[in-house]
Amino acid sequence: MTTTTNGATDWRDQIYDIFRENGVRHVAHVPDGGHAKLIKRCEADPEMKTVTLTTEEEGVGMLIGSWLGGTRGALLIQSSGVGNCMNALSVMKHGKFPILMIVSMRGQWGEGMPWQIPMGQATREVLEAMGVIVYEVEFDRDVQPTVEAATWLAFDSSVPVAVLLTQRLIGTKKFVAA
Amino acid sequence: MTTTTSAKPRISLERRNVTSALVANRGNDLLAIAGIGSPCWDLAASGDHPMNFYLNGAMGSAAAIGLGLALAQPKKRTLVITGDGELLMSLGILATIGVAAPKNLTIVVLDNEVYLETGAQPTHTGRGVDLAAVARACTIQNAETVYTQAELDAALPKIRAADGPVFTVVKILPDKAKLVIPPLEATYTKHRMREALTGKP
Repeated sequence: MTTTTNGATDWRDQIYDIFRENGVRHVAHVPDGGHAKLIKRCEADPEMKTVTLTTEEEGVGMLIGSWLGGTRGALLIQSSGVGNCMNALSVMKHGKFPILMIVSMRGQWGEGMPWQIPMGQATREVLEAMGVIVYEVEFDRDVQPTVEAATWLAFDSSVPVAVLLTQRLIGTKKFVAA
Repeated sequence: MTTTTSAKPRISLERRNVTSALVANRGNDLLAIAGIGSPCWDLAASGDHPMNFYLNGAMGSAAAIGLGLALAQPKKRTLVITGDGELLMSLGILATIGVAAPKNLTIVVLDNEVYLETGAQPTHTGRGVDLAAVARACTIQNAETVYTQAELDAALPKIRAADGPVFTVVKILPDKAKLVIPPLEATYTKHRMREALTGKP
């Protein structure tokens, strides 16, 4: 199993460690179950500023400002929220701003909520249409190297990057009527 | 000052005079973000500056950019200058800013009650929507609307230095001013601000 320098074996802890090690200090999010543990870790870190958003595009704007001010930031959102980011992402592409988006996916592997399918299936395509480089993770062992590479890519080459944490990785959300 | 009378005060402030006053005698401790449209032309007309960032796209994102910048640069004042139409596109950001509560962030809305760039179609602010009241409801206590030069003069020290977040709606005439175009390449304005703040692009 891949571990970070801190030895974490849970991929959520590994992402947190990558943020720490790479100077990511602003974390903006619209809560999602797939990110719940990571959000808790970031909120508990006094050196990180974790901001809850009302809609995902606020996070794109906020992280543009963070970068202007010399701070690295990450955006934690669900695939449905990717659709809310489109016009704001034009600033990333035009201005060559880095952004690290960690996207927890719905509408994929065994999805039981049909309303999630359209945006989940379009997520990669619309991100790429706006110039975002997209990585995808299906298995635990790939999370650490993929998120680390995405972080380096975003901030060393100043480009927008998204890592899609697939539903196969996170686990399918089952809806069982009581 | 929020008016308590039912009659609407007469609007007389001109946008360029307001913008010039907002950034007058600025040192290197004021970071200015201008929202899409006339506020970009206004800020450029007040004098280009390495600490200016002109958001010529992504309508609705100016206040969010101000939030990130204010959090990244807590020792400097971040001033967002935007229009009523631009802010109306993302009212949720006032809730986010109210809760994040950066002390060094000010948002000034140049409120002409119309979408000036697209033919002066009326916005909601001329039809009863009170942005300062929205801001207060979003826990931004330091929120007011100014109509007159005297009220603006009284508001300026708060805009530049009061504990924030500060939210000020300045009612202005719906007149177009001479077009002054700022640098349009965000790669340039981005590097310029980062270099001025951090010493590296």
